[in-house]
Amino acid sequence: MDLVSALDQIEIGRKADFYFAARTLLVHEREHLALFDKAFELFWRKPAEEWNVDWPGTAQPRRGSRPIVTPPPLERSTPQAEDSTSASSQELTVIEVTRTYSDRERLRHKDFAEMSAEESEAVKQMMAHLLWKVSERRTRRKRPGKGQWIDLRRTLRRSLRSEGEILRWSYREPKLKPRPLVVIADISGSMERYTRLLLHFIYGMKSALDQPVEAFVFSTRLTRITRPLQIRDLDLALKNVGRLVGDWAGGTRIGESLKTFNFEWGRRVLARGAVVLIISDGWDRGDVELLKREMARLRRNCHRLIWLNPLLGAPDYEPLTRGILAALPHVHDFLPVHNLASLEDLADRLTDLNRRSNGGNHARYPGRPR
Amino acid sequence: MEFTSIDELQSAMREKRYIAERGLATSLYLALKLRRPLFLEGEAGVGKTEVAKILAALLDTDLIRLQCYEGLDVHHAVYEWNYTRQMMHIRLLEASGEKTDEAELFGPEFLLRRPLLQAIEQSKEKPPVLLIDELDRSDEEFEAFLLEVLSDFQITIPEIGTIKTPNPPVVIITSNRTREVHDALKRRCLYYWIDYPSFEKELEIVQTQLPHAPVQLARQITGFIQALREMDLYKLPGVAETLDWTTALVALDQSALDPVIVDETLGAVLKYQDDVEKVKGAQARLILDRVKAGVD
Repeated sequence: MDLVSALDQIEIGRKADFYFAARTLLVHEREHLALFDKAFELFWRKPAEEWNVDWPGTAQPRRGSRPIVTPPPLERSTPQAEDSTSASSQELTVIEVTRTYSDRERLRHKDFAEMSAEESEAVKQMMAHLLWKVSERRTRRKRPGKGQWIDLRRTLRRSLRSEGEILRWSYREPKLKPRPLVVIADISGSMERYTRLLLHFIYGMKSALDQPVEAFVFSTRLTRITRPLQIRDLDLALKNVGRLVGDWAGGTRIGESLKTFNFEWGRRVLARGAVVLIISDGWDRGDVELLKREMARLRRNCHRLIWLNPLLGAPDYEPLTRGILAALPHVHDFLPVHNLASLEDLADRLTDLNRRSNGGNHARYPGRPR
Repeated sequence: MEFTSIDELQSAMREKRYIAERGLATSLYLALKLRRPLFLEGEAGVGKTEVAKILAALLDTDLIRLQCYEGLDVHHAVYEWNYTRQMMHIRLLEASGEKTDEAELFGPEFLLRRPLLQAIEQSKEKPPVLLIDELDRSDEEFEAFLLEVLSDFQITIPEIGTIKTPNPPVVIITSNRTREVHDALKRRCLYYWIDYPSFEKELEIVQTQLPHAPVQLARQITGFIQALREMDLYKLPGVAETLDWTTALVALDQSALDPVIVDETLGAVLKYQDDVEKVKGAQARLILDRVKAGVD
């Protein structure tokens, strides 16, 4: 409708003006400009019957800008490929596996990589019950309270009750807000055994938290998966992520990927004291110097940099790979992420960030996992 | 001033020394005609804020600017009571033995008008240009509030009543994308992404803004900056940097670029140490040779 009224204002015969008018009204995001150009060309050139194009960038079913909530699948029983049948049988097993306390305990400490399909299903369910809360930071916004800022408005209002005599001062205090979270996960070949569960974990965290959670994955290049993870239906979300990411289980280039992150996204997602989680085993085939530089830059730009390494769970693991050695001096925390218990530890730590100091220049080396 | 065509607007802007692309002129023209806010995004230093200033000059009206920051609240964006004056007033009345009248205390006399209220009040007479600068720096709370104001251009002050205007101000919103602005707000606006200009356009900008700069210098600087934008730098130089650099070199009486002066003044162009290190010396010389071969 806007476009129609806009067309009254311009010379419709002039292609360039029509193009700019349509673009300014219909496109609200820089990333969509290219897509619009293609659509426009098509509209201008061909009759409608011949519109048969493979739209660039719409592999994820055309839900670019709006985080619409896709309804969850109606019937689990409708033949939905392999999913539905296996899901119901899995649910049965799940109950069986998590039946007793000791079973649950055993699962909590079992390495993700060694789990059977049933066990990992059970763990996914247990993951959903993890409580996530990221520590808060003081925002610049004030609210009435016991802070050190005088609230003149309320003070005056109150004084009017006593004929303008100020009997008590009112104060304001800063409002607290949870810190934004950024997750950058390695999905290269060496991480393959963990990838699925970790994606579940990211998804769970994203849906449990109110504040913005930005998610990225990389192996040889970086992909932002925040948008696809916004859908409520987990299976569909993961499927969309899969379609978006071109390099599952490829090689690892951590340095380059972090550089892309720092250059293209850093300024956009690290504002407001973000906490950054990098999930990777540190097997890096890229340039080590680059990795060092980008880790240092990332650390300077965020409130807390936490490296999660699934290999750290193994009792005899020593962080000696080139990648890890380069990155370690720059991280605040270096934690395992190989089983459910380690995720619980992480959840505790995220809640607790404020009470710990922001860390010196060296990574805090945690004790070996229990 | 009323504009009856995009061409007219574009050439009027040119007269005010703002070289606008056709697309930007179209968006501005439509924003004026449809009375919709214009949402401008682009890298730092491409002239987003300048658009509002030029527009105010063209329309011969006031520019009211609201600089956004985190924690920006109603008291700084819309209105606030002048408490110190109020308290003084109470004291004065007290001294002369009178009683305080609350209605008087919260009357227009004690009201501090902040940008949004100013813009709406002035719109009754002559709609000003309201520039909401760097919206991405504010927080979600303010964004939600702004959405409300932009939809019906009225503000309610409990003690006074509702203030509204039949003619909304011309609203320009800018953002540097340090945060995604909510879709609901964007949908209310026209959108334009200001890109870095082409060589020809940037040269034109330099020459209109700094007419006394030697032609050869202007060409070389523009070429150099364009080459820098092709590089893998942390922060690319904007048009503002091009102009700064030109001004600096003119002040140093340079009529052409040479390797020494480039190295010495690179700080006017590149604002990150990493970037300066990368360009300084050999790389700068390389670009310079290429630029000289290309543009002279």
